[in-house]
Amino acid sequence: MAEAITLEVTRYHPERDEEPSLQSDEVPLRKEWVVLDALNYVKDKVDGTLSFRWSCRMGICGSCGMMVNGAPKLTCATFLSDYAPGPVRIAPLDNFPVIRDLVVDISDFLIKLSRAKPWLIRKREKPLSEGEYLQTADELDTYKQFSMCINCMLCYAACPVYGLDPLFSGPAAIALAQRYNLDSRDEGSNQRLDILSHSDGIWGCTFVGECTEVCPKNVDPAGAIQQYKLTATKEWMKSFLMPWGGGE
Amino acid sequence: MSSSIQHPPRSYRRRVSTYWWLGRWPYLKFILRELSSISVTWFVVQTLLQISALSRGPTQYMEFEAWLRRPIVLSLNAVSFFFIVFHAVTWFNLAPKAMAIRVGGKRVPSLLIAAPNYLAWLVASVAVAWIVLRG
Repeated sequence: MAEAITLEVTRYHPERDEEPSLQSDEVPLRKEWVVLDALNYVKDKVDGTLSFRWSCRMGICGSCGMMVNGAPKLTCATFLSDYAPGPVRIAPLDNFPVIRDLVVDISDFLIKLSRAKPWLIRKREKPLSEGEYLQTADELDTYKQFSMCINCMLCYAACPVYGLDPLFSGPAAIALAQRYNLDSRDEGSNQRLDILSHSDGIWGCTFVGECTEVCPKNVDPAGAIQQYKLTATKEWMKSFLMPWGGGE
Repeated sequence: MSSSIQHPPRSYRRRVSTYWWLGRWPYLKFILRELSSISVTWFVVQTLLQISALSRGPTQYMEFEAWLRRPIVLSLNAVSFFFIVFHAVTWFNLAPKAMAIRVGGKRVPSLLIAAPNYLAWLVASVAVAWIVLRG
């Protein structure tokens, strides 16, 4: 091995361990290797029992999010050489229960995501014979940034509000709700209002802003939440000033 | 005999440390921004005390001014001023995130949202300086 770097990987076996521990392994330090390559090296050559999630290796599937030296990263997009001479400490995503080694339980995120109704809602679906719902390039541009979310949950790992209050809906779920609210083809913003404009929704956010900083797809969840705070306030004002029904 | 395996398996939840905000600079910056509200409160209280002293007559106001010149009060005000500036700068820099203004189908650049805030701050500061320093 020409050059090596030490990985300090969190290990946790739910049926054996009371709490996680660190395992150190030497891996080759190759210029073209990302952290995920190093983990696959450990699994293939050193210790086959190491568990971690990964799939596409190109920043699309959102599976390989982990804490690398304390910061949430997609391990497929984080170069090993950036951490030379090491050691590189790899841990499961913060703020989620750990199932085993580097694998976290994502059930809570999935529940919150479905509550935000991240799909097109129509009052009346038009028949296929009437064709597709058309949209201009400018209309697409209003929500495109938020639609880039790959559900990697790095934003949840970076959010201290979610860490301290697991009831908080969290950055990605709110950003994706806002993605559909801003879509010209969607008519479901009223259905999302009650869920989003809740103390566990947008008002739980204290604007730390780290969700946006760690997002590998530049989605800006912090921006989505603050923008929705303005929308929710306007809706509240409307319902206050026009209680007979100023909205839809 | 096979050992009984729990389903779903036991998971481990790490507790968030009370000092989580010391771990990374962005978190510390956030907490400092939140704490700056104490400085705002301090200046409001001080202004109310000043108005109260003013209404009680020249002697009381002179006493109040003497109190303001005490090293401890001067130090406190210097620290508070730093926090007020820190709060204003960080808040103005965050303003473009909350305001997604679109003109002609394109989003207005962040700089154009933040700049009017800084300009208004500058104009207000110059106006206050002029009122205070002209006599």
